[in-house]
Amino acid sequence: MSAHSITEPSSGTKWIAGILVVGYAVVTLIPLLWIVATGFKTPADAISYPPKVVFDPTLEGYVNLFTTRTRVTPEQLEALPPPEGFAEEIVRSYGMVIAGPSRFGERFMNSVIIGFGSTFLSIFLGTLAAYAFSRFKIPLKDDLLFFILSTRMMPPIAVAIPIFLMYRELGLSDTHLGMILLYTAVNISLAVWLLKGFIDEIPREYEEAALIDGYTRFQAFYKVVLPQAATGIASTAIFCLIFAWNEYAFAVLLTSGTAQTAPPFIPTIIGVGGQDWPAVAAGATLFLLPVLVFTVLLRKHLLRGITFGAVRK
Amino acid sequence: MAEVVLSNLTKRFGKTSAVDDVTLTIPDGAFVVLLGPTGAGKTTTLRLIAGLERPDAGDVRIGGRSVLGETPAQRDVAMVFQQYSLYPHLSVRDNLAFPLRSPLMNWPADKIEARIREVAEVLRIAHKLDNKATQLSGGEMQRVSIGRALVRRPQIYLMDEPLSSLDAKLRGELRVELKRIQQELGATLLYVTHDQVEAMTMATHVGVLDRGRLVQFGTPREIYENPTSLYVATRLGQPRINTLPADLFGPAPVGAATIGLRPEHIAQDVGDDSGEAQGAKPARVGRIERLGDQTRLHLTLDGHEIVTLTDVHTTLAPGDTLAIRPQNPLYFDEHGDRIAAAGR
Repeated sequence: MSAHSITEPSSGTKWIAGILVVGYAVVTLIPLLWIVATGFKTPADAISYPPKVVFDPTLEGYVNLFTTRTRVTPEQLEALPPPEGFAEEIVRSYGMVIAGPSRFGERFMNSVIIGFGSTFLSIFLGTLAAYAFSRFKIPLKDDLLFFILSTRMMPPIAVAIPIFLMYRELGLSDTHLGMILLYTAVNISLAVWLLKGFIDEIPREYEEAALIDGYTRFQAFYKVVLPQAATGIASTAIFCLIFAWNEYAFAVLLTSGTAQTAPPFIPTIIGVGGQDWPAVAAGATLFLLPVLVFTVLLRKHLLRGITFGAVRK
Repeated sequence: MAEVVLSNLTKRFGKTSAVDDVTLTIPDGAFVVLLGPTGAGKTTTLRLIAGLERPDAGDVRIGGRSVLGETPAQRDVAMVFQQYSLYPHLSVRDNLAFPLRSPLMNWPADKIEARIREVAEVLRIAHKLDNKATQLSGGEMQRVSIGRALVRRPQIYLMDEPLSSLDAKLRGELRVELKRIQQELGATLLYVTHDQVEAMTMATHVGVLDRGRLVQFGTPREIYENPTSLYVATRLGQPRINTLPADLFGPAPVGAATIGLRPEHIAQDVGDDSGEAQGAKPARVGRIERLGDQTRLHLTLDGHEIVTLTDVHTTLAPGDTLAIRPQNPLYFDEHGDRIAAAGR
């Protein structure tokens, strides 16, 4: 038996912990895997009973997601030139031709613009406000901070009707700007509070040293404070993006066309007549990717961000 | 380099006065040491000069102009913080270059590199230039922190216990280096320390602070030999000055409450006949501390503890009796103020 320290868990404990973690991961990942798998099934396979775990993968769902199709007569189909590319081939096997692109690309871009736009704005305003709250003497500081937090004390949807009416009056309905402002308003309280916590932890002496070393306060802020707040900014950004990206209720209520985001659009893919689950699953899969990539890129910061304050250096 | 003048400088934090009506002239090219216990206002004084704190009253003049309305950058001062305050996201080199790259200095890269090399050699951190600031030992961090000030040629250097976390050997070496640099540059330097050796060896002037007030300002010798109060007398001296009832050795000047005896104020082993006549008294030897370069005697006289120095190779042993008598002692009244020993 090897020597072991008091703080090192025994191998038995490690095994049990490992099994629990793997078990939990499997349970949480099954729905995600099912969505990804469904995206590569045929509509028939997607709803077969018993469910098919092993199936012939096809890109039909993705083709249907990105295109609109029209049915043509077999004679017309015969008269066409040979299909170009796999998409055309799949569509023709159903006796249809591609009529044009679907709206999914546009809606997806709307989500990107609104999600990242509001995240950027929340972080930008939140960092400046948090710095001011952390460093300056502000009259009624505690009350202001509480007021900012209080905007989260009711469910945002409780003010859906006033916001709907207000947006109609202001011409913000169904605009990118309107959605960015709305999501920023919801996220800013979280951003200010989280970032204030991070900035409070950065000793003032660093800025003071920079002030003496010949820099202005703003230069000290971006040369010394910002690099050290990077961890906090990254984890706050992830939280803001996840909210703005996944938000459904306001998106349904306030957007219908030009600024509609992916969440209200994806359910409409299911179509009339046959239920096109693979196309819906394909849309959901693609929708998951940006947050996944963003989170993986910043995951080191995220872990530190979630546990911050737990350990004093 | 410039003369720095503080006049009636006052800074309060809530009800406590951190700095209370301090008037002090730091001559151009002087090495001024501030002494005082924790909370005496030493650090606050530095911060007021640097512009990190705004005074409640009084003025700070650097090179003849009032700098109260100026930012720390405009004042052109360099400061070494007690907590090092190295920029943790930068390498040692970038930390040292930071002041030289500021919009005010904006030196070309080759000039910066040359200056960094020079300072790093002096501080013996040249081999650590590419390390991250967080990968250093406490002593190395402190040296980088000193280096970040020394790369500049400001109006005044402000140093807050810069050598406190170094080991004894390095502290001794850097003490000499710092003094040499200061003399070579003719730099004006205001230096906070607890260390008597630093104060005595480096300072041209010493200021003693007590609860925010400047109680005495003078050369190190003046402060040591001619303290104006008991408080000042206890700031310097190893072992500390012994304080005893004024009349322990016979008649004392009028108003004296306390007699202060440094080791050099205590004559030992005076002959039996002349001794008693001149006020000598027998003291019992308690403990003998052999420190190597000095030997300390712990004596008891009428129930009072006295610590003094003796010959390094003394043959005295615990339990022996030794006649001692005061020699040009310092007298203080009941408020701790010095009484001139004119009567004796």
